[in-house]
Amino acid sequence: MAEGKVSFELVSPDRLLLSTEADMVVVPGAEGDFGVLPGHAPFISSLRSGVIDVYDGVKVGSRIFVADGFAEVTPERCTVLAGEAVPLDGIDRAAVDKRLADAELDLRDASDERERAKAQTAANVARALLEALR
Amino acid sequence: MANLKTLRLRIRSVRSTQKITRAMKMVAASKLRRAQERAEAARPYALRMERMLRSLAGSVASVDGAPKLIAGTGQDRTHLLLIITSDRGLCGGFNTSIVRAARARIAEMKGAGKIVKLFCVGRKGRDQLRRDHGSAIIGTIDGIDRGLGFHKAEDIGQRLVDMFEGGEFDVCTVVFNRFKSVIAQVVTFQQLMPFQAPPKDAAEASGAPKAIYEFEPDETEILADLLPRNLAVQIYGSILESQASEQGARMTAMDNATRNAGDMIGRLTMVYNRTRQAVITREIIEIVSGAEAL
Repeated sequence: MAEGKVSFELVSPDRLLLSTEADMVVVPGAEGDFGVLPGHAPFISSLRSGVIDVYDGVKVGSRIFVADGFAEVTPERCTVLAGEAVPLDGIDRAAVDKRLADAELDLRDASDERERAKAQTAANVARALLEALR
Repeated sequence: MANLKTLRLRIRSVRSTQKITRAMKMVAASKLRRAQERAEAARPYALRMERMLRSLAGSVASVDGAPKLIAGTGQDRTHLLLIITSDRGLCGGFNTSIVRAARARIAEMKGAGKIVKLFCVGRKGRDQLRRDHGSAIIGTIDGIDRGLGFHKAEDIGQRLVDMFEGGEFDVCTVVFNRFKSVIAQVVTFQQLMPFQAPPKDAAEASGAPKAIYEFEPDETEILADLLPRNLAVQIYGSILESQASEQGARMTAMDNATRNAGDMIGRLTMVYNRTRQAVITREIIEIVSGAEAL
């Protein structure tokens, strides 16, 4: 591993999305965003829906949207297990709008607690996605 | 001796069967490649999930009020078997070996005075088990062949968690075919609930002392999120393994069938030719003896 770098990995249930060396990674933690630099204290956090910024030098190398998940940080590496992950520049605005509309429709039609919770989560994810695109 | 016409028909029918089995083998081979890729792509997530859980479980197990999914219900009476089979047949001993192993396990557990419940994924397993354990089946899911997504595994996981929380069973074990190679699939039992950390590999056991993690939010909350997720991941992984195994088993089975059909065609053709010669010889004899009689 290169000196002064964090090895960053992003995995979703069906594949390994990204495995790279970065100078800093900013992750949307459940209780606030946190930045990971080399030598970070061991740390496990759950995530909220939001955008991960991978820094290459001082500028942002790539930005990826993640919908809930977990992050594990050790001094050498940062691993993010995401429920869903999409690179920000691959997102289609119209598709997101549709997704939000669908989720809201589901929310209205939900017949029991579970369905409602599910639709609510979907709506929240879509909203966070819109927020990220702005 | 069989007459020529029936022989000809029989050869023709075996030949068309051979065409079908050969085509099925090809299809299975290409599906196998895809299934294998998917199974491999899912592995990194499962691995990292496991690593994270292990470090979490270590720091939580000692605390009171650990989630049920990790501590168990404190009983060992009712067992749930999650049996993963395929929806389609013609894949050799694939489903039969799963069902046979499951039956043996059921008998063993019943002998030990435990209650056994079954949850079947895949049509074939359900059909085979329905006959003698119909009343034990508490849920089935089929149609996993068509587009299995992670969300499907999550649904299954959610149903299991609900039942577990509702006290319907104490221990859950998944039974599936692990993909070892194209010709070898291994029936595997793996305990899902309560969560059991797989044995550590030697390198890790002897390695550096475990890091002490900080948690945000606290351990129990993360665990409450992580455990159902992990369950879904394990189910997803098992199903993907099982699908790869299925295609492997089908490929081998169809390869054998094609070869058998080839042998059979050879044998039938030989009989056919002998019969044909016999008929010709007989006709000549008849003509000759007819001419001599004149």
